[in-house]
Order: sequence, then C-alpha cells, then structure tokens
Amino acid sequence: MSEQIQAMIDQPYKYGFVTDIESDTLPPGLSEDTIRFISARKEEPAWLLEWRLKAYRHWLTLEEPTWANVAYPRPDFQSIIYYAAPKPKKQLQSLDEVDPQLLETYEKLGIPLHEQKMLANVAVDAVFDSVSVATTFKKKLKEHGVIFCSFSEAVKEHPELVRAYLGSVVPYTDNYYAALNSAVFSDGSFVFVPKGVRCPMELSTYFRINTKDTGQFERTLIVCEDGAHVSYLEGCTAPQFDTNQLHAAVVELVALERAEIKYSTVQNWYAGDAEGRGGIYNFVTKRGKCAGFRSKISWTQVETGSAITWKYPSCILQGDESVGEFYSVALTNNLQQADTGTKMIHLGKNTRSTIVSKGISAGRSQNSYRGLVRIAPSADGARNYSQCDSMLIGDRCGAHTFPYIEVQNPTAVVEHEASTSRVGEEQIFYLNQRGIDTENAVSMIINGFCRDVFRELPMEFAVEATKLLGIKLEGSVG
Amino acid sequence: MLEVRDLHVSVDGVPILKGLSLVVRRGEVHAIMGPNGSGKSTLTKVIAGHPAYEVTGGEILLDGANLLEEEADARARLGVFLAFQYPVEIPGVSNKTFLRQSYNAVAEARGWDELDPLEFEDYLEDRLGLVDMDPAFLERSVNAGFSGGEKKRNEILQMAVLRPQLALLDETDSGLDIDALRTVAGGINALSNEATGVLLVTHYQRLLDYVKPGFVHVLAGGRIIRSGGPELAEELEVRGYSWLVEGGEA
Ligand SMILES: Nc1ncnc2c1ncn2[C@@H]1O[C@H](COP(=O)(O)OP(=O)(O)O)[C@@H](O)[C@H]1O
Ligand SMILES: [Mg+2]
Repeated sequence: MSEQIQAMIDQPYKYGFVTDIESDTLPPGLSEDTIRFISARKEEPAWLLEWRLKAYRHWLTLEEPTWANVAYPRPDFQSIIYYAAPKPKKQLQSLDEVDPQLLETYEKLGIPLHEQKMLANVAVDAVFDSVSVATTFKKKLKEHGVIFCSFSEAVKEHPELVRAYLGSVVPYTDNYYAALNSAVFSDGSFVFVPKGVRCPMELSTYFRINTKDTGQFERTLIVCEDGAHVSYLEGCTAPQFDTNQLHAAVVELVALERAEIKYSTVQNWYAGDAEGRGGIYNFVTKRGKCAGFRSKISWTQVETGSAITWKYPSCILQGDESVGEFYSVALTNNLQQADTGTKMIHLGKNTRSTIVSKGISAGRSQNSYRGLVRIAPSADGARNYSQCDSMLIGDRCGAHTFPYIEVQNPTAVVEHEASTSRVGEEQIFYLNQRGIDTENAVSMIINGFCRDVFRELPMEFAVEATKLLGIKLEGSVG
Repeated sequence: MLEVRDLHVSVDGVPILKGLSLVVRRGEVHAIMGPNGSGKSTLTKVIAGHPAYEVTGGEILLDGANLLEEEADARARLGVFLAFQYPVEIPGVSNKTFLRQSYNAVAEARGWDELDPLEFEDYLEDRLGLVDMDPAFLERSVNAGFSGGEKKRNEILQMAVLRPQLALLDETDSGLDIDALRTVAGGINALSNEATGVLLVTHYQRLLDYVKPGFVHVLAGGRIIRSGGPELAEELEVRGYSWLVEGGEA
C-alpha cells in the first residue's frame, strides 16, 4: 500500500515547460559592474545604486550560513545570471502590449492576465525572470488610493515611499541572502495602502523563473498606513532544468497603527526530479514589522516545491497589543529538503502571536520546523501559542522540530505543542472500507491534517492549495 | 449471499485462519464467538479486503462474485460494510463531510443518486434517528476524541448511511453501557432486513439478548469448530470455550 501512496505523490511537475522567448540577458557573473548594469538598465536614482553597492560590499564580508538542517553544494555565484528580461523591455502601457507568448505562458500556469478573464476580485502582478510584465486592475485600485505595481515602477513613480521603507524591516546587513538580494534585486511588487483604506480586492503576484541558470532576486515591499487592510498572495513556478536555480527573495511588510496585512504564499517552484537533480534553491527572507498599536500581520504559506527551502517569515511585534500569526504547510517529497518556520519577536506590551506549522514528509525528504519565540523584557503580558505537527508518509523520510524559546519577561505566557504522526495504512483502509479510493483517502487525510492552515487562506486559493497537495501526493502512500 | 470456502489467511507469514467455511444468506444474522486471538477480527478484515492479510487459499464470494479480486474500496461499493472493533481517528476531517463523501463514493455502484450537501443533510437527519446520536457529532472530526462508546455509535451511523448488503460488526457491543447497547442493538435490528446479511462478532451473550442471531459459530484455532442455533451462545455463556476447544480439535 505504501508504494501506492508514493506513486500518487510522484506525479510529474506540470509547470516544467520553458517559454521560448527572446530575452535581454546579462552574462553570468557578479561584480560591482553587474550591479551598476542592473541599476542603469532600470534607470534608478543614485541613492538606490549606492544602497545596492553598500549591500554588495557587505555581502563580500559574509560567510554563507550553514546552520540550517539542509545539505547542498554551495552555489557558484559567478555562474548565475543576475539579469534576464523578456524583450521588448520598453515601458508597457497596457496589457495589450504584453508579448502574447508571455500571456500564453501565464494562461498555461492557470493565471490569465486579461482582466475580463480573471478571478473577479483579484489583482495580479506577474514577474517573469527578473522583471514584472503586467499588473492588472490598476485603475480600480487607484480609485481607492491603493498603489500596486512592480518594484521598478515604484522606484520611478513613488521614490519617496520606497526610500522611506526599503530596508526598514530587513536591512541589507540582515543575513547572507538578504545582502545578496539587496545588491542585485531585479524586480518584485510594491503595495501601499493609505490611511483608513481597506484594499477592495485580493492582491496577487505570480513569480516565474524561465531562463536557465537565472537567479531570481525579487523584492516585495508592502506598507499599510494607520487602519489600512490588505490581503496579498504570491504564487511561484519554474521550468524543469537539471541544474539548480537560486531564488533569494526579500519581503518586507510594515503595518502602522491598527493596520492589518495578510500575506499568503503558495510556493510550487520546481522541486528537482526523483533523484534530486535540479530544482530551485529557495532561500528567502520574509519579515513583517507590526510597528503600530494593535497592528496585525498574518503569514500563511503552503510550501510544496523547491529542492531546498530555507525561509522563516517573521513578525516583529513592536506596537503594543499587536498580533503576529504564522500558519504553514510544508510538504516535501523525493529528495526535497525544507527548513522553515518563523520568528516572533515580542517587544510591545500585551502582544500576541500564534504559530501553527504542519510538516508533511514523503519519499526520502527531510522536513524541519525551526521557530523562535522571543519575549523581550519590555513585553509585559505577551502571549504565544505554538503548535507544530509533523506527518510522515513512508519510513525513509524525516521530520524535525527545532523550537527556540527565549523569555525575558516573567509575565509572559508561552505554550508549545508538538506531535508526529504517520499516514497510516489503518486510516487508509478505514476510508477505503467506506468506498473512498486511496487517492481521495490520502488527500482527505492530508487536508484534514492541514485544515487549520488552509482555512486561513483566501477562499480562491484554499481550493487551489487543496488540489496542489493532492497532486503532489499522488502515488506516495499505499 | 456471502460464501466463504476453505479460507486460509496469513499475516507476516503466520497462518491465522486455517480452512474456514461459512455461508450467510440475506436476512440472516450470524454470530461469531471465540476466544481472544482466535481470528475473529481477521475474518472480518479479510472479507473487507485489508491489504495486510494474505489469503493463501480458499475463496470469498458475494452473490457469486469473487471478492478476492476486488480492492477494499471496490468491495465497499459492492455493499460490504465493516464496523471496526477499533475505529480510526481522522483529525481535521468533519464527520459530516466524511459521511457524504462516503455515501457519494458508493452511490453510483448502488444505483443511488449522488447527494449535494443540502440533500445529504436531510438524508442524514433521518438516519441519525436510528442511532439516537447528537447532531453535534457531525461537526466534529471523524472519531477524534470520541469515547469508545461514541466511536461504536458512529460506526452504526455509518452503517445506517451506507445501508450495506453485508454488515460485518466486530465487537460493536464492547465498551458500551447498557443504554448505549440498547440503542446500538436497536439500530442493528432496524438495519438488518431481508436484503442484508449480518455477521456479528461478539464475546458476550449480552448483545444477543437484543439482536437475535439465527446461527452461532465458535471460531478457534483458525477454524469454525462448532455451529448451532441461539442456544449455543447461551451454553457458551455458562461453560466458556475450553470444553469446545479441547474437545473440538478432532
Ligand atoms: N496485523 C497483524 N499483524 C500481526 N499479527 C496479527 C495482525 N492481526 C492479527 N494478528 C494476529 O492474529 C491472531 C488473530 O487476531 P484477531 O483476528 O485480532 O483475533 P480476535 O479478533 O479473535 O481476538 C492474533 O494472534 C493476532 O496477534
Ligand atoms: Mg478482535
């Protein structure tokens, strides 16, 4: 029976195609000249180039971190392409000017960019290799004062906002990959929701790596002023290559007084083949700052792809009574490795955080939860609840939990629960005995296991996530 | 009609059933009794198609069709139902969703229409009456955190929903207090009719006071060593199994 479930998980990767499109590509290699080239190509102001160069010089002084529970050959940073833009790179005025082949690519990915065909209430920004190719529903958002555009556009149109917040949550000195990203980031999304505005629709970005040996270094910055609300979703796919590609993104969120940011990710980068050849190295720094009183940041992630995932979406709970949440499903199969979790840094009084992590390991994969809960001396009455559950499919995979708890205030309450279970033959037999076939039985068990996380996702994406797990798991228990 | 012919079953190479034969016709209730570890649960699981049990000889036929060629889910769709001795917990899956998926999974094969959530709600309300179950259980995860008695009641609710052709009830009476036993027995009686055959595994006479079997079999050493009418169960209640096990080896 175990082979049967394994066979179900081992479904081929659907998004592994390459779009044959002419691209404006820099030769591989990294130096100050590379950075000057990128900055010039994007017509950036001098302060931004300066910032990039400072980040680069800092990066040169750093060592690649080795503490994560993952093993891989060190990437050769000189063989990576740091800039690849689909041609033509002229300023696009509307979707009609987007290369039809690109639009087709996104259609194939299930993300129609034509507004009339789109999910009724979701605005999309699409990032293809290094650059943003289309942002939809701009006009409607503008009426509400919401800015949603590519990062490059934001640098041109709203430089004062970018300058005020860039690096304010994740400074370029933060860590190895954040420094690298700060030096070479090519594009990403920018969201600004002004005071008192509830963003009228879901915002969404789809990232796609297309060119072989390209690194994708996008940067996302979301700012919600006092009382503003936004719900944002990112999705990611990449073609199937037998070499590894590096994805080192930085996401910064800023929530001012009573602002709320909900950030959801469905990550399905190419994971490599059954022997572990190829796949994306997903080394990402995501952090939100609850800067204001009663602000709230909620991370929800469904991580199913990538050869290696290394990411810890975190919350700095600075404002009194601010709230941080982290809901995660991480699924690994074959030789995938994931080391993911969160950091909740409680600084303000009566701050609260919730962590719900569900790890599913199949095949020969390794899945680690790593989380830090820190209660600073100033955080009177802070509370944290963490729940970390692991599910194993088969007996050749591993699940690990590394919870770090640092409490420096005696009034804090920190609770941690953990469990490990196995998708059992008995559970599957029970469901089979009720007429449900093995494929549906496995997806029912897994979806039940992930329910606390899925119900945090926006409706449209909860369905997608449920299906995605089903596909990823096809064939792996039995 | 269920026909088991000279059935041999092993688990991990260890023979457990060694030439067991049994016929259960529609409308009949058969009780299987026997010492712990004699293979009663094994028999029910093999009929239901549990993959861990290896059939090394013999046949199992349902209405002439060879059940051994079908997977467990296909057998369920043919109308085989097993009320588990130890029902399994499925955290995060609501009982109601599970019941509906299960109903719809067998519907086509049984010649029923699939039901949407609202239609199913009505159907379920009707079925709930049979087992006197608190509707709050429908919203909870399948068996998760249920008491032993609640799990057994939930099994009978599933039986009520799936209306099997052949019901295998494995110690559905154990762990029940007397009121629950009455309700569960009432449910079994309401569901066993001329269209259904019932195979009832039990240790105790207790259940048989409420559900009257026409046939009683004693399973020991992997075989049926004695069959009789209801009076056999009463005799077992008084004398235990040892007189049969020692004398029945011949
Ligand atoms: N899955 C299994 N793996 C190993 N041994 C088993 C398994 N199922 C049953 N057995 C063994 O088979 C014998 C019969 O068990 P069972 O059918 O559960 O008996 P009963 O229900 O009559 O008490 C016992 O010796 C038991 O230990
Ligand atoms: Mg038993």
